[in-house]
Amino acid sequence: MNFAVLQFPASNCDQDAVHAVRLFGHSARLLWHKENSVGDADAVIVPGGFSYGDYLRCGAIARFSPVMQAVKQFADNGGLVLGVCNGFQVLTEAGLLPGALIRNRDLQFHCEHIFLKTVTNNSPFTSQIPSGKILRVPIAHGEGCYFADEEMLAKLKANNQILWQYSDASGNLTDSANPNGALQNIAGICNEKRNVAGLMPHPERACEPLLGSDDGKWIFESIFAALEKKMVAKAA
Amino acid sequence: MKAKIIVTPKKAVLDPQGKTVQTALEHMGYRGVKAVHVGKYLEIELEGDDKEAARKSLNEAAHKFLSNPVIEDYKLEIID
Repeated sequence: MNFAVLQFPASNCDQDAVHAVRLFGHSARLLWHKENSVGDADAVIVPGGFSYGDYLRCGAIARFSPVMQAVKQFADNGGLVLGVCNGFQVLTEAGLLPGALIRNRDLQFHCEHIFLKTVTNNSPFTSQIPSGKILRVPIAHGEGCYFADEEMLAKLKANNQILWQYSDASGNLTDSANPNGALQNIAGICNEKRNVAGLMPHPERACEPLLGSDDGKWIFESIFAALEKKMVAKAA
Repeated sequence: MKAKIIVTPKKAVLDPQGKTVQTALEHMGYRGVKAVHVGKYLEIELEGDDKEAARKSLNEAAHKFLSNPVIEDYKLEIID
């Protein structure tokens, strides 16, 4: 599988994403923000960082970059797109995902490991996560408080678009397990078509035991499985 | 010609900055503060003197880029 990992000025998790994909034997390349096409990519990762210095609003400037127009087209055609941290912010600003990410409720930058409960296995980003498995992955953000208005939230729930919620180690959705004040502990969502997802935590930083956790691999394994299924379907 | 745009968080959106400033004001002894909302102020210098055309294009820009309608409101004013 070929992954394109976007690179904006001040992306800083781009190399981590490339490393994670290669770790599993797949290929990944960096795609500069001025490029007009995602080329032969099977999937796109919009990585974490502080694209364009987070000026104006996180992700607000990145969404107008040439490469994001290509990503939009790729997503419209059913391509898989995963946004991590700043990538999640970029995807909401671009309108590829509903809602917005605002300042953490305590105004602090949180850099720690948290626990994630997977809400549904019904997505290309969660299908391989073992049932009941609570993922331990790091977060590192100052503006990760997910917000959507009531109507949007109702729609997210009705369509089963909430993929991950912050929980305690046993999977309870407590307020103290919520690091940023996100609405209903929401850590990650997908779009209605289920081919675009975003999350604030960093699965790419949790793919090797050496890094303290390899739970992030389940999210990557899910994407690989979805891409393989797509290829088989295409060949048939 | 100049445009002034004030961007503020929507009332329904959590505004931890506003809350913190409000608490600080109270601690400093400033009484009677009901609420504080922290936003952004943009001053845009413009060429020409067609106010209506400027208003139209800046309204579009404010909606599309300078504010995020999901979480923010804006006010636009054009002055000489």
